[in-house]
Amino acid sequence: MSNLKTFIIGGVHPPEQKLSATAAIRPLPLSKQLIIPLGQNLGAPPRVIVKKGDEVKTGQLIAQADSFISANLHSPASGKIAKIDEAVDASGFRRPAIFIDVTGDEWVDDVDTSPEIVRGFSFSKSEIVSRIKAAGLVGLGGATFPTHVKMMVPDGKKATHLIINGVECEPYLTSDHRLMLERGEEMLVGIQLMMQALEVDKAIIGIENNKPDAISHLQLHCKSFQGISVQPLKVKYPQGGEKQLIKAAVNREVPSGKLPIEVGCVVSNVGTALAVYEAVQKRKPLIERVVTVTGKSLSNPSNFLVRIGTPVNELIAAAGGLPGDTGKIINGGPMMGKAVSSPDIPVVKGSSGILLIPEKESRRKKPITCIRCSKCTVACPMGLEPYLLAKLSKLGMFDRTEGGHIMDCIECGSCQYTCPSGLPLLDFLRLGKQKTAHLIRTRKS
Amino acid sequence: MALFTVSGSPHVHGEENVQKIMLTVIYAMVPAMAVSVWFFGLDALRVMLISVASCMFFEWVIQKYLLKGSVTITDGSAAVAGILLAFNVPANLPAWMLIAGALVTIGVAKMSFGGLGKNPFNPALVGRVFMLISFPVQMTSWPVAKPLFAPAITDAITGPTALGLLKEGIDAGKTVEQVLADPQMPQYLDRLIGNMGGSLGEISALALILGGIYMVIRKVIDWQLPVSIIMTVFVIAGIFHLIDPSHYVNPDFHLFSGGLMLGAIFMATDMVSSPMNMSGKVIYGIGIGLLTIIIRLWGAYPEGISFAILIMNAFTPLINNAFKPKRFGLVVRK
Repeated sequence: MSNLKTFIIGGVHPPEQKLSATAAIRPLPLSKQLIIPLGQNLGAPPRVIVKKGDEVKTGQLIAQADSFISANLHSPASGKIAKIDEAVDASGFRRPAIFIDVTGDEWVDDVDTSPEIVRGFSFSKSEIVSRIKAAGLVGLGGATFPTHVKMMVPDGKKATHLIINGVECEPYLTSDHRLMLERGEEMLVGIQLMMQALEVDKAIIGIENNKPDAISHLQLHCKSFQGISVQPLKVKYPQGGEKQLIKAAVNREVPSGKLPIEVGCVVSNVGTALAVYEAVQKRKPLIERVVTVTGKSLSNPSNFLVRIGTPVNELIAAAGGLPGDTGKIINGGPMMGKAVSSPDIPVVKGSSGILLIPEKESRRKKPITCIRCSKCTVACPMGLEPYLLAKLSKLGMFDRTEGGHIMDCIECGSCQYTCPSGLPLLDFLRLGKQKTAHLIRTRKS
Repeated sequence: MALFTVSGSPHVHGEENVQKIMLTVIYAMVPAMAVSVWFFGLDALRVMLISVASCMFFEWVIQKYLLKGSVTITDGSAAVAGILLAFNVPANLPAWMLIAGALVTIGVAKMSFGGLGKNPFNPALVGRVFMLISFPVQMTSWPVAKPLFAPAITDAITGPTALGLLKEGIDAGKTVEQVLADPQMPQYLDRLIGNMGGSLGEISALALILGGIYMVIRKVIDWQLPVSIIMTVFVIAGIFHLIDPSHYVNPDFHLFSGGLMLGAIFMATDMVSSPMNMSGKVIYGIGIGLLTIIIRLWGAYPEGISFAILIMNAFTPLINNAFKPKRFGLVVRK
């Protein structure tokens, strides 16, 4: 693999720890009760259209997206609406959710549940987008941006490349890796559908070369798909960041404060590509996803195909049970995932992994003084000065953080990872971003 | 119910810590330490031990009894300052002078600004310049290098450094050729391996470069900084040598004599007092190189890098403000 590409500025190399890379995807048995939080997408939460006591089938619409940036929700199993109440989600807050008592798995009629791969299609651009919208698709990489919005290129802009994110640069996580190996062909059909919707003739799948099997598998299948190619990438975190991936794959830099479409690119995750295939070719709504359950002390790190709403503790139990030394439960990967206070939270559309960190690794180091080593500046993939921005944020000097381009921070955590003094740089950067954003908003109004 | 830790991402941390960085610097200084013991004998060891011990002692006393805070002498920064201070003095310096120098290094240059990470000037250099100004005779009486176990060649106990000889000779109106022919002038190979008079740590360019390469590999320093200093000195010295070879010595003489290598590799690269961004580091390096060669060629002192680094230390905040890293996606407005 001689033509490995990568992004240029910054980056770190955390230990990969892909413990579950060889564990084939296993479907998890249906849970007795599913908890479906309403706010699973970026943007406005959908409006509930069922009420307590209603009977629902698998795939039936239970919450309708009313605004443009929103996504439909469907029942992940058949059963009865137990209540519409609040439930603690991954953010740690109590948010409205639909509780479903599961009785079985009876699908709505128009979904094709057969395992055959449907390759051909003759849909128009708008048909593809409306099927994606109907299925309630969101970006499955974690940002959960509604996919149908992404598929509509704004007026005056032109997409040239569809970039498919198979990087999976977060340590530990393997759900995308397994999907590429096991569902690669369907994924490629999904990519073709997205190309059709975006009217682009080039799609590039970016995969880091620590997944050589996924690279060769997709390269093999790409031959029968016009315009799709695989780009092997050098392993470097955070290559899965949208802007870093575009830089690595097509050497274009998304301007500060702008979206990828500015440089003619649309980025989508491999899992989303598969979901697009299912939504369009099979009319299957987004009611399940692959979740990696992993950790150094876990007896059986696994990749599960899970219905949305399944409590996380059921996933942990199926992977060998919660290890006694667990000190931290993370929803997502170790670099950008959120620590959750309890394993009772449900799996949502954006859950890519559950990581259990042993007690001795779960505590932060005692922070000491900054020694001005500039390692954070070298590590920052956006070319920022984290030590300075963190200090300014700590001092409340938010007029200066804006000029330091704090709003460009992608919160990848590379600075804090690399800091020899163990300083909580990203905590202060987040604070600074919030305050700076507020400052910008108040100035505009 | 079990309670789990909740904190912001990232949830993993790299292996690096301050103590490891300081240890790396100490390991990088081992070749130069060995060379100094080889050529100056147990005197070199004595100076290093006194310097390190007094630096650590002063840091401990100040942190515990003056600031009444936590004691952090185990982070290794006081030990690094101690070794660097010892590297900057002659091997026969009286102990009390060295202890006074250590007090200035730790007490004045480091702790009075708030300790590790806060000092605007390189502490060891402040200590050295304090001693150079306070004890000019003792600080410039260099013991003659004599390899361990080798019989004494001359009766002389102290002698001048190569740069001192050069300055003295040129100022007395001699040509470069005449000065280089002086029997006291160390030969090329001797200057490279360190068989000459000088401060403890500066004599062997080879040992210092070896340490520098180790620090670059361990990512404790960036090679661009020392190289920009050395290149600047080389280029400016070279230009003047080409203009008037009888008055200006050839540029490689400047590279391998005096404290240039020690300063460029170990002193200017001090994380705390040097600029944070790459372009700033190079500007800082060029500034040090320029000031060094100006002092060496036309200043009152034969040696200039200590002053050059301290002067550029003062510019570090300005350089940090003016030279920013290359931002991602920042369009230059025309």
